[in-house]
Amino acid sequence: MSIFITVTLSLLEGLWTTFKIFALTLLMALPLGLIISFGSMSKIKVIKWPIKFLIWVIRGTPLMLQLIVFGFGPGLLGIDGMDTFVAVMIAFVLNYACYFSEIFRGGIEGIPKGQYEAGKVLGLTKSQVFFKIVLMQVVKRIIPPMSNEFLTLVKDTSLANTIMIYEITWNAKRFMNSEHILWPLFYSGVFYLAFCGILTLIFGYIEKKLDYYRG
Amino acid sequence: MKILEVKGLAKSFGKTKVLKGIDFSMEKGEVVAVIGSSGSGKTTMLRCINFLETADQGQIYVDGNCIFDGASGKKLTPAQERENQLNFGLVFQNFNLFPQYTALENVALAPKLLAQERPDYKQNKKQILAEIEENAKSLLDRVGLSDKRNNYPCELSGGQQQRVSIARALALNPKVLFFDEPTSALDPELTGEILHVIRDLATKDVTMVIVTHEIDFARNVADRIIFMADGVVVEEGTPEQVIDHPQNERTQAFLKRLE
Repeated sequence: MSIFITVTLSLLEGLWTTFKIFALTLLMALPLGLIISFGSMSKIKVIKWPIKFLIWVIRGTPLMLQLIVFGFGPGLLGIDGMDTFVAVMIAFVLNYACYFSEIFRGGIEGIPKGQYEAGKVLGLTKSQVFFKIVLMQVVKRIIPPMSNEFLTLVKDTSLANTIMIYEITWNAKRFMNSEHILWPLFYSGVFYLAFCGILTLIFGYIEKKLDYYRG
Repeated sequence: MKILEVKGLAKSFGKTKVLKGIDFSMEKGEVVAVIGSSGSGKTTMLRCINFLETADQGQIYVDGNCIFDGASGKKLTPAQERENQLNFGLVFQNFNLFPQYTALENVALAPKLLAQERPDYKQNKKQILAEIEENAKSLLDRVGLSDKRNNYPCELSGGQQQRVSIARALALNPKVLFFDEPTSALDPELTGEILHVIRDLATKDVTMVIVTHEIDFARNVADRIIFMADGVVVEEGTPEQVIDHPQNERTQAFLKRLE
């Protein structure tokens, strides 16, 4: 019994780190993703193409590889003392911002042209059209793909264990080496499941809240 | 003085010349119906006058002031363009209501945002917003939707949505109200309510340009008919002249096809 409690406490400790990666990634990747999406829709080629290239590279390589690059790359280049957690955050924020940007782009481009035109003939400024008319409709449209990304992020945080971040999976694996038991790893699934369950409930609530209109 | 005067308006998309020099003018309170087959440039003309497209050539005058001159080659600043825009109102074929707002909010949104620019906005905010709300309510009454104020567009029929969009366009007191085939997206049994509203506006001296396929309605409501084909005005005059006794053979052919 005591080992069960030890494992549970250890996993809860890991959960806190997992949650930190999750929350900080969202906090930074959502606004950055919006900025990147504007960049990828820009009519200015020197902005548009580098951004498109960045999105291609980030989405075209494994997140685990990106973690290793940001985790060990600075050391290889002779830059010492970069915190591993900072490296993890850079990799996660950049990776998720690129995925988010494509969701934002899809959402923004999916708004019918008539909405912009109706705003324009009513004398609204471009920013009023975006914030008063378009944004709310974009939010409604991107909730389902966003909920997918949020859930994927919860589970992707486990990749951070590859560069020695002590999140849930790392803590579970630890017992494999020290106690020669495998079950903490299976048990860790319960924590992810609960985390995702709560998120699913939250998204369900938001979707219901936005259900008062169609279109 | 003419309230609206359009001179030599031309517009091409790539190599296709859609408008080849449109001239027309109208008096305050006049109702002009624009007819013609699809592809004749009616909608493009409307979009150019409302600054949804930029015409390549030509001038637009409102109350004698030139608000657009294609020859100047100068691009209007967004602020100028907005100011020009507010001379006109446009009712779209597909309504284009804002789905996340109620009927009342759709009508009041633009006036509320515009009021923020008034110098006395901060001091009299409450009163200004209350006035806008009252005005929006009376506009919805006017189009017969006083009981639908708090409904969202998805809860309204096509005809009701189009009536909200007419109220929305009227809320900014445009000098000229344009309609782009206002009944084309509606079931036949719903077109009547829109035509009724437009006819009512005509009796109240609202200056209107109506692009329409409803010839009987055009005859009924318009003071003047403009027949367009291939990007030019082929014939214009009173409904009796253009619809009942067309002189140009293209007008005759068009009207014959509709019979």
